[in-house]
Amino acid sequence: MEEVKEEVMSLPRLGQAAPPFEAVTTQGPLKLDDYKGSWLILFSHPADFTPVCTTEFIAFAKIYPELQKRGVELLGLSVDSVSSHIAWARNVEEKTKVKIPFPIIADLNKEVSTAYGMIHPGQSKTETVRCVFIIDDKQVIRTILYYPLTTGRNMDEIVRIIDALQTTDANGVATPANWRPGDKVVVPPPNTQEGAEERLKEGLKEGYECVDWYLCQKKLK
Amino acid sequence: MACISPDGKPTLSGAKMLRALKAKAGSAEEVAQKAGLPLFRVRSGLRELDQAGLVSQKSEKYELSAKGSELADSLPA
Repeated sequence: MEEVKEEVMSLPRLGQAAPPFEAVTTQGPLKLDDYKGSWLILFSHPADFTPVCTTEFIAFAKIYPELQKRGVELLGLSVDSVSSHIAWARNVEEKTKVKIPFPIIADLNKEVSTAYGMIHPGQSKTETVRCVFIIDDKQVIRTILYYPLTTGRNMDEIVRIIDALQTTDANGVATPANWRPGDKVVVPPPNTQEGAEERLKEGLKEGYECVDWYLCQKKLK
Repeated sequence: MACISPDGKPTLSGAKMLRALKAKAGSAEEVAQKAGLPLFRVRSGLRELDQAGLVSQKSEKYELSAKGSELADSLPA
């Protein structure tokens, strides 16, 4: 019986350095290092000239100006050639008047998609699933989203995650469920009994709204 | 290539970078600002211009080589 060997690779995890890469893109060869100092959304799609991916690329192009205001760049990826990416982007522009302004990796040898765990054989052995890697300005992975082949991504949520992460970094707070910019943020809970007692006594003075010592929220100034 | 066409002529973004460096040597950040291009494009483009012998890097600053200056001078204003 033929022995089947499958290489097991460790997948990137939150809080780890993003795997470095050098890739051929529609805007020339790019390295992960080229994005140092900027936030980066690296996202994969299954294939060019497919319907759900086309709706997603139009949607990514539309949020790109908002992302740029937040210091975020976009970088697409699929296991297609540069010529295919160029032809698809030109077709999208011709048919929908939406220009794809960000580069797209042509990952024909699957180097980048393998390093980032973008191919899920249970979905497809040859195409990348709909992954989103949010990489911060220090090139640390801050968020990973996986969507199945059949479900297009939610752009509002992607922008919301960027806003939440950048608010956390700037203010040392967390953000509650369904948080939007301008909403109250969650104050880190105390980690000692003494701290818990003080939080309840002092919290009101500091403008906190507390359900209990471990759940206090405040408005950001 | 993103900055140099197969016929050896600079692309639109390559020309912007060469013009920015013709005015003054500078860091990738300064070139990006002057050329009005995203920083990632400029870092990648400067690498390509360096490999083509059109710019050289000294610490963080990039400057045109003699060949790069000649090409920059030939660009339409």
